[in-house]
Amino acid sequence: MNKVTNVELIGDVIVVATEGYLNKDLGDEIQKAAQEHISNGVNKVLINLERSNIVNSIGASILIEIIEELQENNGVLAFCELAPIIEKTFTIMGLTKYCKSYPTQDAAITAMS
Amino acid sequence: MDKKPTVELKLPILKNMELVATQTAEVVAKHMQLSEEKSGEISMALIEACINAFEHSESKSEVYIHFMIDDHNLTIKVIDKGKGFDESNVKIPKIESKINTDERKRGWGIMLIKELMDSVNFESDHTGTTLTMVKKKDTNE
Repeated sequence: MNKVTNVELIGDVIVVATEGYLNKDLGDEIQKAAQEHISNGVNKVLINLERSNIVNSIGASILIEIIEELQENNGVLAFCELAPIIEKTFTIMGLTKYCKSYPTQDAAITAMS
Repeated sequence: MDKKPTVELKLPILKNMELVATQTAEVVAKHMQLSEEKSGEISMALIEACINAFEHSESKSEVYIHFMIDDHNLTIKVIDKGKGFDESNVKIPKIESKINTDERKRGWGIMLIKELMDSVNFESDHTGTTLTMVKKKDTNE
């Protein structure tokens, strides 16, 4: 099953945790979860992909739209707990030029706060 | 000459069916004792190849996937009976051109396949497309 498993505000960072295949459906779900908080003034989004170890480029493309939305709000998108192949995919696509990747959620929260 | 051991899949064009291909690829990669890194790269390339075959080829029939195993390489063929395409018309995507512009955000598949596999070849005409991609067992070969 692929889904958003948790959305949590930690300090001023909204953390979106997922499970399963990051395809269009899960990408849309992440975007919707992020948008709800962006519209309420949150501009730091962390996506925790610890339990998603497979992705496709359609799901990843939706993350580009989240980057755009955050840039409009002087915000930032980051990832944590990426599987090596997801990290490599994001690097090939150039996502990592616009988003930092952290080994753990705690490291990400500390750096983003 | 011995025939190469081959695993063949016939996938219906249904949502997330590319994951059947990746599960098979994992078993084949394990059999060949490929590294986790290579196995992940093969799965990712296969996902993108299947999505292209499912969505862009506009094929109405199944997609065929052949995994051909030998001592040095894993060769994967992804075959659709769709409308075909001209590889020379495929633009290389750049994120800088996609962020904060009207350019569509998608279109990464072929670039990812080429980056993740050791060799990639498309044969395509109006009767369909055969993508052949190879992962070497040892990178130094």
